[in-house]
Amino acid sequence: MPIRAKVASSVSRTAAALSRAAGRGDGSVIGGWIGLKIDPDLLRNLAHGRAIALVSGTNGKTTTTRLAAAAVGVLGPVATNSFGANMPTGHTSALAKAGTTPYAVLEVDEHYLPRVIEDTTPHVVALLNLSRDQLDRAKEVAMMAQMWRTALAAHPDVHVVANADDPMVVWAAAHAPHVRWFSAGQRWHDDSWVCPESGDPIERSGGDWWCTGCWLRRPAPQWQVEDDGVVDPGGDWHLIKLQLPGRVNLGNAATALALAAEFGVRPIEAVSRLSTVASVAGRYAQVERDGRLIRLLLAKNPASWLEAFDMAELAPTLLSINARDPDGFDTSWLYDVDFSPLRGRPVLITGERAYDLAVRLEVNDVPFRHVRTFDEAIASTPAGRLEVIANYTAFQDIRAELNRVN
Amino acid sequence: MSTERTTESCLRIVWIYPDLLSTYGDRGNLLILARRAAMRGIPVETLQVRSDQPMPANADIYLIGGGEDGPQALAAQRLIADGGLHRAVNQGASVLAICAGYQLFGHSFFAKGAKCAGLGLLDIGSDRGETRAVGELRGDIDPRLGLPPLSGFENHGGRTHLGADVAPLARVTAGIGNDGQTEGAWHGKIIGTYSHGPALARNPDIADLLLRWAIGVDSLATLDDTWADRLRSERLAAAGV
Ligand SMILES: [Zn+2]
Repeated sequence: MPIRAKVASSVSRTAAALSRAAGRGDGSVIGGWIGLKIDPDLLRNLAHGRAIALVSGTNGKTTTTRLAAAAVGVLGPVATNSFGANMPTGHTSALAKAGTTPYAVLEVDEHYLPRVIEDTTPHVVALLNLSRDQLDRAKEVAMMAQMWRTALAAHPDVHVVANADDPMVVWAAAHAPHVRWFSAGQRWHDDSWVCPESGDPIERSGGDWWCTGCWLRRPAPQWQVEDDGVVDPGGDWHLIKLQLPGRVNLGNAATALALAAEFGVRPIEAVSRLSTVASVAGRYAQVERDGRLIRLLLAKNPASWLEAFDMAELAPTLLSINARDPDGFDTSWLYDVDFSPLRGRPVLITGERAYDLAVRLEVNDVPFRHVRTFDEAIASTPAGRLEVIANYTAFQDIRAELNRVN
Repeated sequence: MSTERTTESCLRIVWIYPDLLSTYGDRGNLLILARRAAMRGIPVETLQVRSDQPMPANADIYLIGGGEDGPQALAAQRLIADGGLHRAVNQGASVLAICAGYQLFGHSFFAKGAKCAGLGLLDIGSDRGETRAVGELRGDIDPRLGLPPLSGFENHGGRTHLGADVAPLARVTAGIGNDGQTEGAWHGKIIGTYSHGPALARNPDIADLLLRWAIGVDSLATLDDTWADRLRSERLAAAGV
């Protein structure tokens, strides 16, 4: 590592530690930011000599990164950005903090993927999905797919692990020379009715899909979820026992195994490591307070709300919505989510945009009660399980109430 | 999805091309209209007509939503070729057109850097603004419509110029709308607005106006709009003024 990079890396580590000590977040961004100021090539230098995997997509990237890091851990120490700091400053900080490791698995914000591919020359890139997220500022879904496609075309050596169930992802990865397809199921279809290649309608039947006007269609996946396990490319089925709830996490586990396999990890070696992951940056964490067993589920866009309903038990459920900058200022997406799975359980609502949610639930015939604070929510539910589903900043608010549970 | 089954005694609401134009929770308007009709005991039938299906001309209310450039241009082409929507409007159907859907009701609009022909059902033309209009939108609605202020969220790069044959839906008091002065347009029973996505969630009185036009009555039974009123007050205050 050049001397400048060494200094920057050590400053970056110190800054992160200072930031943590000062109680300003977990330090995963500030350290990287200072480091990159001193040496703009720091990420490139820190990445050099490591076998790197990048994980990107609209949903599931934090969890998949965590599972993949556990799976790749079979081979040796793995650097990873486990706090979800998924932009270059976060990557820089994570690699600096980890010191020398043979491997790194990094979660990457979908907008930054081309740049991080450029900087880290990864061995593997896993592409999970693309759907609407914070639409009042994000690029259009089709533009994002185009960006990925261009980035992959410039890096033909990259081994791509990509979701066969998402037409946007398939189109982005279709011409990559090394690609392994996984099928993890896709509950959300509303952003892929129109073919990104030809503009024709996309038809769906069962799990299959195809464009009615051109060559684009679902490739046969090498990795798939089947019952409570994963089938590998050799046709062997592996039972997956996770502490994380829901079928969506089974899909994330399949992706993690597919990613690890590109480094030569056999699924049979990795499956037991997946079950060691209990929560991911507070997500799925369970906390006991005043006799309530509270479980935190993050839902940051329509696709992940559907997944959260699938994970939540039939128990009192608190929904919390904000619309601050990280959430997007627009709450229109509430009408892209069908809240009817919540009928039949006590529903509480809170958050800065609770009234938007109130009107939505009324239209959806879901009875609810409005509470002003998290404490009021706890006080108004009986002892036992309380499911909490919140969007990004609302989730962080509640996590803070629970002493930044991890 | 069926377009065949129609009953004369039903209020028929069509959602135009949800496969192309439903970027911002536009489904909400369909759900809200259907619910507000049903709560008055009015039988409702809702139809979602995809872009590869013929557009029925015999429905009472048509909804068209927002979308990206490509789908917007495609939707305009298909609606012009189909002709069903033109027949419906000529027969007196009511329309709520939002964002991209609003633009394509005019003579022309810009998509993917090119000028595209619109339906010509509203005397408006749209082009690109210098900046994108994003944020809370508020306006005083044309007094002839007798409605409380418009509250919405806008997110569009277009600017719309009104011809002599339409009236602005509202005078802007916060946000941009058509051009910073006026917002939306109306003519006959057609309402167009940049208040995007589920615009009726914050403007139940516009929902009721569409229902009154469709049914041909001057008033409807009052509904409990406690939550919608709270939402409106909060958002109108957030927009300032
Ligand atoms: Zn195609």
